[in-house]
Amino acid sequence: MNAPADLIFFAVAGLTVAAAVLVAILPNILYSAVALLFSFAGVAGLYVFLSADFLAATQMLVYVGGILVLVLFAVFLSNRISGAKIGNPTHFRLPAALICLVLFGVLSYTAVSTPFAVKASGYLPTTADIGELLMTRYLLPFEVASVLLLAALIGAALVSRPERGAPEAGDMEEGK
Amino acid sequence: MVEPSAYLLLSAILFCIGVVGVVMRRNVLIILMSVELMLNGVNVAFVAAGSYLGDVAGGIFAFMVMTVAAAEAAVGLALLIALYRLKETIDVTELRILKW
Repeated sequence: MNAPADLIFFAVAGLTVAAAVLVAILPNILYSAVALLFSFAGVAGLYVFLSADFLAATQMLVYVGGILVLVLFAVFLSNRISGAKIGNPTHFRLPAALICLVLFGVLSYTAVSTPFAVKASGYLPTTADIGELLMTRYLLPFEVASVLLLAALIGAALVSRPERGAPEAGDMEEGK
Repeated sequence: MVEPSAYLLLSAILFCIGVVGVVMRRNVLIILMSVELMLNGVNVAFVAAGSYLGDVAGGIFAFMVMTVAAAEAAVGLALLIALYRLKETIDVTELRILKW
């Protein structure tokens, strides 16, 4: 038992959860997006604690560098200044609380009551193992995932393109 | 080391916060962000299980979830932009063109 490491874990976990709560309750979408950044960074910190170095780096690259930037783009493209407070947190409050309580009860009961055959592993690099498994045992999921990404990219470009009749330059200006 | 149940509890908390966000908010963007939070919570569970059981497959599962999350974000936000161009709103209660 080393107390400082546990203390840092609880600090990072607290940051992650607090930022996640802020994402769900803040009325301003832009603030929610910034809170989401802290939540993603906190999860990356948790991966470091779990000695998943490759995944921590991927988390920062994909979520903070990719998805969050996309979200910010969407916030700026879909928001007039006055429309910043569309989200109304009082919507469906009782059903949300009920669903959340039941779900959390089931999940936490399972998490606490399941016995874990813990192997003491310490902090080892995992990147080489992940790369090897991706090229051997998990080759098919890897290739399927790459095809999925390609299809999603083409689909996203196609869907978000300006309409067929509209002139492109004018639409670009309107988008800004 | 922290107990594995601590990570699983944290993962459950993140997932539930995401569910609350999806149910409670009316803005499509916030709903998408909450879905990302839920995927993150599941990822924490995967990585924690992989790390404590000494199996790299947990990390690979999390990697695949990240891939799907990236695809989901790209397509979802593209749809959102197209929707906003069409209807000038991203409030889910005003999007009822499939209802009659």
